[in-house]
Order: sequence, then C-alpha cells, then structure tokens
Amino acid sequence: MTWLDLTYLAPEIVLAIGACWLLLAPFVFRGNGHSLALWQMLFLLLIAGGTLIWASSAVEQTPASAILRSMFVLDGFAIFFKLLFLGAVAAVVLLSSDFLREENHSPWEYYALLAFALCGMMFMVSGAHLISIWIGLELLSVSSYILAGYYKEHAVSTEAAMKYFLLGSISSAVMLYGMSLIFGVTGSLGLGDIAHVLQGILQNDVLVVGIVMLAAGLCFKIAAVPFHVWTPDVYVGAPTPVTAFLSTASKAAAFAVFARIFYMALSQFRLDWAGVIAAVAALSMVVGNLAALTQDNVKRMLAWSSIGHAGYGLLGILAMSELGLVSLLVYLLVYVVATMGIWALVIMLRRGEYAGESISDFAGLNARAPFWAFAMVVFLLSLGGIPPTAGFVGKYYLFLAAIGSGWGWLAIVAVLMSAVSMFYYLRLVVAMYLRDDPGRPIAANASLKLVAAACLLITLALGLAPQPMLTEVSRSLRTVVATLR
Amino acid sequence: MTLYGGDFPILSLITYIPLAGALLLLLIPKEKVGAIRTGATVIAAIDFALAVPLWWTFDFGPASALFQFREDASWIDALGVRYIFAVDGISMILVLMTTLIGLIAIYSSFTAIRMREKEYYVLILFLQTGMIGAFCALDFFLFYVFWEVMLVPMYFLIGVWGGPRRLYASIKFFLYTLSGSVLMLLAILALYFFNSDGIPLLNIQGLGNVPTFAVEQYHAIGHLIPPTLQFWLFLGFFFAFAIKVPMFPFHTWLPDAHVEAPTAGSVILAAVLLKMGTYGFVRFSLPILPDASVRLAVPVVILAIIGIIYGAFVSLVQKDMKKLVAYSSVSHLGFVMLGMFAFNPMGVTGSVLQMINHGISTGALFLLVGIIYERTHTRMIADYGGLAKQMPVYAAFFLITALSSMGLPALNGFVGEFTILLGAANRNIWWGVAAAVGIVLGAAYLLWLYQRVFWGPLDNPKNRDLVDITLTGREAWTLIPLVALMIWIGVYPKPFFDRLERPVNYIVEKIDPDYFTAERLSVPPPPSAPTESESHAAVAGTVQ
Repeated sequence: MTWLDLTYLAPEIVLAIGACWLLLAPFVFRGNGHSLALWQMLFLLLIAGGTLIWASSAVEQTPASAILRSMFVLDGFAIFFKLLFLGAVAAVVLLSSDFLREENHSPWEYYALLAFALCGMMFMVSGAHLISIWIGLELLSVSSYILAGYYKEHAVSTEAAMKYFLLGSISSAVMLYGMSLIFGVTGSLGLGDIAHVLQGILQNDVLVVGIVMLAAGLCFKIAAVPFHVWTPDVYVGAPTPVTAFLSTASKAAAFAVFARIFYMALSQFRLDWAGVIAAVAALSMVVGNLAALTQDNVKRMLAWSSIGHAGYGLLGILAMSELGLVSLLVYLLVYVVATMGIWALVIMLRRGEYAGESISDFAGLNARAPFWAFAMVVFLLSLGGIPPTAGFVGKYYLFLAAIGSGWGWLAIVAVLMSAVSMFYYLRLVVAMYLRDDPGRPIAANASLKLVAAACLLITLALGLAPQPMLTEVSRSLRTVVATLR
Repeated sequence: MTLYGGDFPILSLITYIPLAGALLLLLIPKEKVGAIRTGATVIAAIDFALAVPLWWTFDFGPASALFQFREDASWIDALGVRYIFAVDGISMILVLMTTLIGLIAIYSSFTAIRMREKEYYVLILFLQTGMIGAFCALDFFLFYVFWEVMLVPMYFLIGVWGGPRRLYASIKFFLYTLSGSVLMLLAILALYFFNSDGIPLLNIQGLGNVPTFAVEQYHAIGHLIPPTLQFWLFLGFFFAFAIKVPMFPFHTWLPDAHVEAPTAGSVILAAVLLKMGTYGFVRFSLPILPDASVRLAVPVVILAIIGIIYGAFVSLVQKDMKKLVAYSSVSHLGFVMLGMFAFNPMGVTGSVLQMINHGISTGALFLLVGIIYERTHTRMIADYGGLAKQMPVYAAFFLITALSSMGLPALNGFVGEFTILLGAANRNIWWGVAAAVGIVLGAAYLLWLYQRVFWGPLDNPKNRDLVDITLTGREAWTLIPLVALMIWIGVYPKPFFDRLERPVNYIVEKIDPDYFTAERLSVPPPPSAPTESESHAAVAGTVQ
C-alpha cells in the first residue's frame, strides 16, 4: 500500500471525513441550522463528485499496488455506479430538506447518516474482494436501519426500523456464512482469485450452498421474493425521503454488488446457481406485481412494484453476457430516475407526515398541477416500460439480453408481468386525470420541483435518444466484461 | 416535385406535423376554445394536404420499387436500430386514410366535446403521429415505439371523454392491447437473435448477419427460419395483432371501448387502430413467417369465420346502435382476415381494400350515430322510429353508409367483399360459402337497424323537434368526403388495385414462391407472354 493508492480511495475518504464533520457541526453552529446543513451536505456531495472525477482520471497514470488491487478497483463499472449514487443521494437530500424542517428533526445527523451510507455504497461497488464488499454493505445497512427509524416518535417508523434491522442482520449473517463456505472451498475471498480457482472445479456441493447463501443475502438487499417481506413495511414506515433512498440508491448498490460478484467470480459456475436465481426472478416478478394490484397506499404499491422490478433486474444477472450487464446498468439507471421522480411527487402531495400516500391523494392532480401530473404519467409509463420513455429502452434491453441467453420463458413472464404492472400504474393515472379534484394545493417547493423536473428531463431524453447512454455504459464495462471471456 | 420524389423526408414530415401541432396547441390558453379547435383542424388539414400528393407521386409502374419515399438514418447503433421510414402501396393508402380520418375526427368533435378541449385535441394529434408513424416505420424497434405510443392517447380519449363506464373500458382497452403487444416484442427480439447470433440455449443457430431490426431484412430471411421457431414467433405476433383486429375470441375489449369512447375516438378506433392489427399481419406475419402462416391458416380462418358469423348475429340482437356498429366491426374484420389468409392475389387485395372500406364505412356509421346521439343523448334503437320524416338528409346519409357497409354493388363495400369472396372461394369453396352467409347477415342487421330507426311512425314525442343536418353544415361535411370515397371506390376501384398490385403480389410470392409460375403453367400462354403483374391486373379487371 502506497500513498498513491489513496488516490483510488479519495472520494470515499472525502465522504467519511465530511460525514464526521456533519456529526460535529451542530456543536460549532448553534441551533438547528436547516439551510446551513443542507448547503454543507450538498457541498460535500459536490466535493466528493469532483474528487471522484479527478481520481478516475488520475488513477490511469498511477497503477495501484497489488494489495489494493486485490481489494478495491476503480473501473468504469464502479465509476458509473458511484456517479449514480451521488446523483441519487443529492436528489434524496433535496427531497429531505423540507421534510426535516417541517418535522423539526435535526438535519445534521440525518445528512451524516446519508453520507455514511453513500460512502458505504461507493466503497462496495469498488470491492473486488468479498470482505471489502461486506464492509461497504454493512456501512450502508447500519446507516439505513437508523434512517428508516428516523421518525423516532412514531411506532410505525420504529417498527419498520426494527424489522429492517432484525431481518437485515439475519440476512447479513447468512451472507457472511455463505462467504465463509466459498472461502473454505476456494481458499480465497478475492473475486479474481475465486474465479481462477473455480476454473478447476467441476462440481462442489459445499460451494453451491455457499453461493446460494450469498445470493440469499443479496436478494434480501435487492428485495427479491422470498426475501422481500420487510419491503412493504419498511417503505411505508420510513420517512418518505428515506424510502426514496432505500428504493433507489440502496437497491441499485445491492444490484451492483450482486452483478460484480456473480459476473466476476461465479460466472464459471452459472449452471449451478442459474436455476435458483431464475426461480427468484420469476417469483419476484409475479408476486411483486400481483400484490401491487390491490394496494391503496402509494408507498406500499411502489414497494411491491419495486419487488417486481428486482425480478426484472435479475434477468440482467442471469443473462451472464455483456448485453446482460449493459442492460442491468441501463435498467437501474432508468429505474432510479423514474422512481426518484415519483417520490418527489409523492412528497409534493404530502399534508403531514404520512400523507400523499393514498391513491386518493392523487385525485384530480391534473386540475391542480397539470405539469406535475404529466410528469407523474411519464414516470409511471417509464416504470411500465412504455415508449417513448427511458423505461422502454431499459426493458427492451433486458428482454433482449434474456432472450439472447436463452431465458425465453423468463422473458415471457417478464413481459406479461410488465403488462400487469401497467394496471396498477394506471390506477394512479386514473386518479390524477379522471377523478374529481378535492381542491388541495400541492406543496411543491423549489428543491422538489428541481428533482422532479430533472428526473422528467432524463426520463424523456433517455427514451428518445438512448444512444449516448448506451455507448457510455458499454464503454464503462470493459473490465468486468473482460472476466467473462 | 422534389418534395415527394427526392431525398426530402416527406413521410417524417407527415408523421410529425400533428405532434408539432400538438405542442403548439399547448401554448394556447385553454379558455380560447375556438382558437384551439381551429388550430387543431388546420394542423390536421395541412397534414392531410401534405399526404394527398403521395397518391399520385407514388410510382406503381412495373419497374417501381416496392417501398418508396424511403428515409434511412442511424438511430441507436448499439442495438442496430435504424430510423427507417418507407411506404408501399398498402401503407401509403393507409397513411392517406389516417390523415383524412384524423381531420374528420377533429372536425366532428367541435360540439361533442365540451370539457378539457385543449387536452382533447392535443391527444388526438398525438395519436395521429403514433398511427402514421406505425404505418411508415420499417424498423421493428421504431414500429414498436409507435405501436405502443398509440395506446396512451387512446386510453385518455376513452377514459376522460368517454361514457359512464369509461374507466372500465379504457383500462380494459389498454391492458388487452398491451398484453398482446409485449408478446410481439418477444417475437421481435427472438427474430433479432435468429438473424444475428442465434439463441444458444434453445439450440437455434443464428444466421450470423449484422444485428438489425430492419423489417426488409426479415422479409428476406423469412424462409430460412425453422418451422418450429416460425410457429412460436407467429403466435407471438398473432396475439398482438389478433387482439388489435380484433379476432374472435379476443374481441371482448372492442364493444366496451367503442361504446364508451367519444364519437371521434370510436371513429379513429374503428377506422385506423383496428387496421393496425390487419396491417401487422400483412406486413409482418405473412411475409416473415410464411411457413407458419400456411400451417396455421386453417385455425386462423376458422376464427375469422366464427368472427364473421358471430359478429353478425350479435349485431342483430343489439339494442344500442353504437354497440351494433361495434360488433359489425368484428364481423367485417373477419372478412379482412379471411381474404388475407386465402393467400392469393384476389384474397389479399380484397382484404387490404376492405381494410380501407371498413375504415370509411364504419367511420361514417360512428359519425352518424354520434350526430344523433348529440341531439337526443340516447343510442337505444327503441327510442327512435320514423326519423326519415323528421331528418331526411340524415336518413339519406345513413342509408348510403349502411348500404356501403353491407356491400351493395356500386358502393365500396361490394368491391372489397366480392374480391375477398372470390379469393376465399378460389382457395376453398366452403370459405366462400361462410363468407357469403356473413354478407347476408350483414345486410340483415343493417337493414333492420335502418328500418327500426328511420321508418315507421314517429312515435317518440322527443324526436318531433329534432333538427336535420344541413348539406352546408359542419356535420354534413364530416360525412361528404367519406360518402364520396364510398362511391369512388364502388364505381372505379382500379386506381386502388393498381397501387395494391405490387405489394400484394410480393406477399403472395413470399407465402408461395411458385404461385405465379404455377398459375402461368396451368393456363394456356396468351399471345404476349404476360408478366406476373399483368396476369393479376387481368384478374382484378374482371371484378370492376
């Protein structure tokens, strides 16, 4: 390990220092200082982003020492996700500012926790070693447990945090045990080394058990059936901006790690785990989308819908091809953007802590705020995969990858379920356009509008001109894809 | 004219003018209803005016290209998606019809739509772009985008401006068509892999071509697709198109959608959206999957015949005029499918012509039902009777349209149905017999409808104050172009046959490469050796 290696870690270091500063800042600045905290957090994200861009160009000249290289890589795949997380967390911060002010919660710890979570996510997508991935994942998880319970006066929020914590810890333990089994067979925790050793192993039951346990832990994080039971309760109980965080950045981070481990380390053994993952994917799509049909609470509906989306995303991992990986990244990007936009609108509609949550709160939105109703339609169509939105490009790519790798039956399940999903997305559209207006004003402030408008712009732009995104994503995947061949 | 012959992207212009117009309409404040109506009409009229010259600039001579007015640009290189627009005789006529129907639909809505006018016209124009684009697109990706884009505005048109059960009808419409089209998406993707890398886990060897979504490439490799794969791909496309057509038993969304939709929505739905399904069969299923088309022809034809007879019988017992017209669509589109799956030039030509005829006649019938509904707010046949005395002009228009729809000679329906009948009977005499029964039943329900509504005593006192339409009025002018077309096609359909000949022969040859050579061998050679197209022109000539 040399000093130059720190270049690789610079963005995470900046974030860790910044997060600690945010914890200490209340002692320096008296009072709640909501806007001060907001600006400092945004400034921190800006610095971290700048550092990331600097680091990603600087590392091309400074090769990492062997010890770092075995633990931590800063490849295009990692940079893509780090930028995605930075953007998503910036959006979450903007979504949170008003909520914190109105609820009179301390902003400093909240932002500090978000920064720690971000640091964990950024660290784990760079992980080239099961332990470094594990550390990042735990940093993310522990911060998320606390964030989910941020409404500490409310039983439902506390219950959500408790449930999330208990189930999350169990899944982490299962995952860790799976890692230990993999270590036992291969004698290594580095992804590259595991892949190397696996080339010489034709069959090993212990290894399969280890892989399945590892996958089970990851499936918990991405909220795939049958590891999904926490999702609806946590999404509903957590403060809405935290739900936005959990359903976008946190989920994308878990998918990134999922893809990193399975593409880089376990692709040799795909025939042994593909069946299990395929079943999980199919179950997630079917259960998530069918359960979403009957929900009247928007947060709960989106929770089930996100379970369904986890199933679609798994197609990208199952494909085990360059196309599959590209499609997964594209899909996560469009999913995060559209979902973030929806959360921004849900928060706009709030009238108290848990409002903006029932479908009836959306009634007549078209009359109250036609532009935002239109934006909501675009987001919903994007989640449903209807052109000309970005979601269509994402789904198209995923199905293409699935069929290309021979997962025809899963692709059929996926398209049928995406048709089913339009049914409940349309319920919101029906409420907005076809129901009467109860005449409540919406609570749109500048930061919410900024987030929603940016998401709208990205969703439409990626839908109409996807070429730049596709080129960029494929280019960023060189190192991961190289391990496939 | 360089606008139509050269490199100018005339098809894109026609496609996107409604979209640009819709965006312009958004700038008008919603209180200025008059300006919005005029604006929408002007935009649709410009679009139609730009489309009309396609009719005579389209080259249908013996040396002409199949697809003309071609535009080809790169779009998403990463996937091999290109932006390809071009029309053959079939899609050119359908584009023309779409622009005309759009104009009429907008023009007919002035008094019918009294709320949220701005959104209404914006959505109709948006829908126009989707429909025209779907007819012009020759790249699967592009086609699919337009195909899906059409769903959203139609969903809103039914859902916002529809009748009492509009929510149910609009969601049913959306989900039915969406579930069909996602299966088509899978079929498209499977084709894509067959053309390039193959599908390893299904043991399907690819052709190793450059990945592409260009439809013509798939026309070229259609005969290379193994029969089993063709079978599954055909099913994938079949669900999408059969739901849209709609064929029995996938038709159940149609009566709901039609009955609940506002008049203009019904007109567009009947005249253009249903044609998307039949167009899909002609453009994709038949030429790309010839083997599966032949093997599955009998089941498809059985469904078509059930549709013809069943649609007609259900029409007979309807109490609601609009529902009657809606079910008559099921019957009429059964004819279209029957002719198409006869796989001979007669049948396919008749089928395409009947697509146009159905658009004109049924569109006009929906307009007529809408006109009376606006006056009385009832569509129940029992509420009427003796209207011919009260509204003679309206009755005359209704009579011509009904006669055209049932296939009276000298009107358009006859030409289409008769050609289909010849084609079907040529293939299998019983198909012809079944179709003939359908024609008789068609006459029955339409004439009986006419009798109950227009003849007899003027019983209902509410109908005594009804105001007739005037020949100079707006309502009449929504109908006059359609009636003129009915007469034109009925009396002199040759220009249509001319333009359809080449694409139809192309499709027939795709299905059976030996069709024309075999036919030539069976008849004694005439003095001057005829080309394939001439022999067909002679056949078509006997119909006129």
